[in-house]
Amino acid sequence: MANKVVYAVYEDPEVLKSAARKLVSAGVKVRDVFSPFPVHGLDPIIGVKRTRLGIVSFMFGMGGLSLALLGMWYFMIQDWPMNIGGKPSFSLYQNLPAFIPVTFEFTVLCAAHGMAITYLIRNKTLPGMPARNPDPRSTDDKFIMEVRSEDNHGLDQAAIMELLRGTSVMEINEREY
Amino acid sequence: MHSEAAIREPLILGHKTYSDITNDIVSPIENKAPRGWYVLITISALIAAYGVGCILYLLGKGIGVWGLNKTVDWAWDITNFVWWVGIGHAGTLISAVLLLFRQRWRMAINRSAEAMTIFAVIMAATFPGIHMGRIWMAYWVFPLPNQFGSLWVNFNSPLLWDVFAISTYFSVSLVFWYIGLIPDFATIRDKVTRPAMKKAYGILSFGWTGNAKAWTRFEEVSLVLAGIATPLVFSVHSVVSFDFATSVIPGWHTTIFPPYFVSGAVFSGFAMVQTLLLVMRKVMKLESYITVKHIEYMNIVIIVTGSIVGVAYITELFISWYSGVEYESYAFINRATGPYWWAYWSMMTCNVISPQVFWFKKLRTNLMFTFFMSIVVNVGMWFERFVIIVTSLHRDYLPSSWTMFHPTWVDAGVFLGTIGIFFTLYLLFARFFPVLALNELKSILTISGESYKRTQQQHH
Repeated sequence: MANKVVYAVYEDPEVLKSAARKLVSAGVKVRDVFSPFPVHGLDPIIGVKRTRLGIVSFMFGMGGLSLALLGMWYFMIQDWPMNIGGKPSFSLYQNLPAFIPVTFEFTVLCAAHGMAITYLIRNKTLPGMPARNPDPRSTDDKFIMEVRSEDNHGLDQAAIMELLRGTSVMEINEREY
Repeated sequence: MHSEAAIREPLILGHKTYSDITNDIVSPIENKAPRGWYVLITISALIAAYGVGCILYLLGKGIGVWGLNKTVDWAWDITNFVWWVGIGHAGTLISAVLLLFRQRWRMAINRSAEAMTIFAVIMAATFPGIHMGRIWMAYWVFPLPNQFGSLWVNFNSPLLWDVFAISTYFSVSLVFWYIGLIPDFATIRDKVTRPAMKKAYGILSFGWTGNAKAWTRFEEVSLVLAGIATPLVFSVHSVVSFDFATSVIPGWHTTIFPPYFVSGAVFSGFAMVQTLLLVMRKVMKLESYITVKHIEYMNIVIIVTGSIVGVAYITELFISWYSGVEYESYAFINRATGPYWWAYWSMMTCNVISPQVFWFKKLRTNLMFTFFMSIVVNVGMWFERFVIIVTSLHRDYLPSSWTMFHPTWVDAGVFLGTIGIFFTLYLLFARFFPVLALNELKSILTISGESYKRTQQQHH
C-alpha cells in the first residue's frame, strides 16, 4: 500500500489549533504545520520540542570571548608588549580594562553569527535551496496541517479523514507519495 | 487567544485580511513603479554619482584636497561618520529594544528602519575608509601577521575599538535584517507570477518552508539576536564617543559622552526614520499600516531623547565651569560666543528647543510638521558633531596656531554624495524588498487590527 499524505488547509490559526488538539487526542500524529507566521501555542500540541539555538548562541559567544582575550593577550602582552600612553601592557590583568570593548564586540560577533549560521543550516534554508512548502498559499494566508499515513500505522486512513472533516477545515488534499 | 485592551488604538486600520496584507506589499513590487520613484531615483543616483566622483578624486589626490589643516585635522569627515552611525541607531533600537519590550507598533516600521540602519552604517564606514588616504591599506586595521616583526594593531586605542564595534554592528544588523526578510521573500516567491521574479525571490528566500519547527527557531533567533543587539547598539555609539572622550582635548575629555552620544544617535535616527517613512507611506499607500499613531509614538521618542540631549548639553556647560579647569571653561565659552557661535546656536535651537513643541498633541500628530521637524533635527545633529569636533580643535593650546576650518568643494561633494548613495540604496530597497515585516504584521492582525478590535468590543 502506498503511503498517503493529507494536507488539511485552514483559514485561521485558532481553528487549526483546536483541530490539531482534537486529532492528537484521538491518537493521530500530526507531522507538521505550515503557516505564514508563527502560531503561538501550537508547538506543545503537535509535540515540537523547544529549540536549543539559545544554547548554541551562548557557546559561540563564550568561544568569541575566549578567542578575543587570548588574541589580545598574545598580540599586546606576549608577542610585542608596548607602553602606550602610560597604559601598562605587562600583564593581561593590568591591561584588561582597555581590552573590554573589543572583547565585548567579538563576543557579540561570534554569538550572533554562530547562531545565525546554525539556524540557517538546521532549517535547511540556504541560498539555492528549492521551496519545500506543500502549497504556495501557506506563505500567504492559509494554515496547513500535514498528516502522514506512515506516522499513523495503527489508524485507518478513512478514520483520519473522518476526523479531519469533523474540524472546520477549508479543504483537504490527499496525495500519494 | 491573546487580546488587547480596547483603549489601545488599533495598529492596522480598516478591514484587512491576511491576504490583503500580502497584496498590499507584493503588488507594488510586481507592478510598474510609479513615476515619482523614477524621478527620485534619478535625482539621488545623479548625486550619488557626483559623490563617487568626488571620492575617487580624493583617493587620487590624497586628503589634502579636503579643507583640513594642521590645527583642525579632523572635521567634516569624522562629523559625517558620527552623524551617519548615529542615524543608523534608530533601526536597531526599533527592531531590538522594542522587540524586547514587546512593543507591537514596531512591526510596521522595523523593516524599513533596519534597512536605513544598514545603508547608514555603510555610509558611515565610508568616511574612516577614505580618510585613511591610502584605502588599499585598509586591511591594516585588522590584527594580521605582517613583515614588520610582527607589529600588531594597538588594542588600547579607541580607534581600533571602533573598527571592531562598527564591523560587528554592521554585520550583526545585516544578519538580523536578513533573517527577518527570509519568510517575507518566501511570501513574494509564492505570490509572484513572472518566472524571472519567482526565480530571484526563490533564491533570496533560501527555500523557506514556514513549518512549525522553523518558526520556533525563527522566534528564538529573533529574540536572542534582539537581546544581544541591544547592548551592542549602546556599545557602538559609546565606543564612537570614546574616540573623543579618551583624548585630552578640552571639550572632548568628558565622561558624559557615551550616554550623551547614544541618546543623540537615537534622536537623529528616529528623525531620519520619520523623513523616510512619511514619504514612503504616502507614495506606497501604506497609511493603514504606518498610522498617525505610529508617527506620534516616534515623535514621543524624539522628544524624550531630545530632552536627554538637552540635559547633557547643559550638564556639560555647567561642569566646564564647575570643574574650575580654565581650558575646559574656555572651550565651552568659545563654542557659545566664539567664531563658531552660529554652529553652536543652530545646534541648540534644532536639538533642544525645537523638539519641545512635540509636547502639543496637535503638532506631534501633524504629518507635514513632523516631516519638517525631522529635517530640522537632523540638521541640528549634524551641527552637534561639527561643534564638538571643530570648535574643540580650532583653538588648541598654542594661540599662534589658532585657525578656522574652511571646507572645500570635495568636503561638500563627498558629504552630499553619501546622502545620494543612501537615498539610492533606500529607494532600491523600497522598490524590490518587502517594506513591511509581513509575517509579524499578520501575527498581530487579529489582536491589533481595527475591524477585529471593533468586533471584539461588540461581543462584550
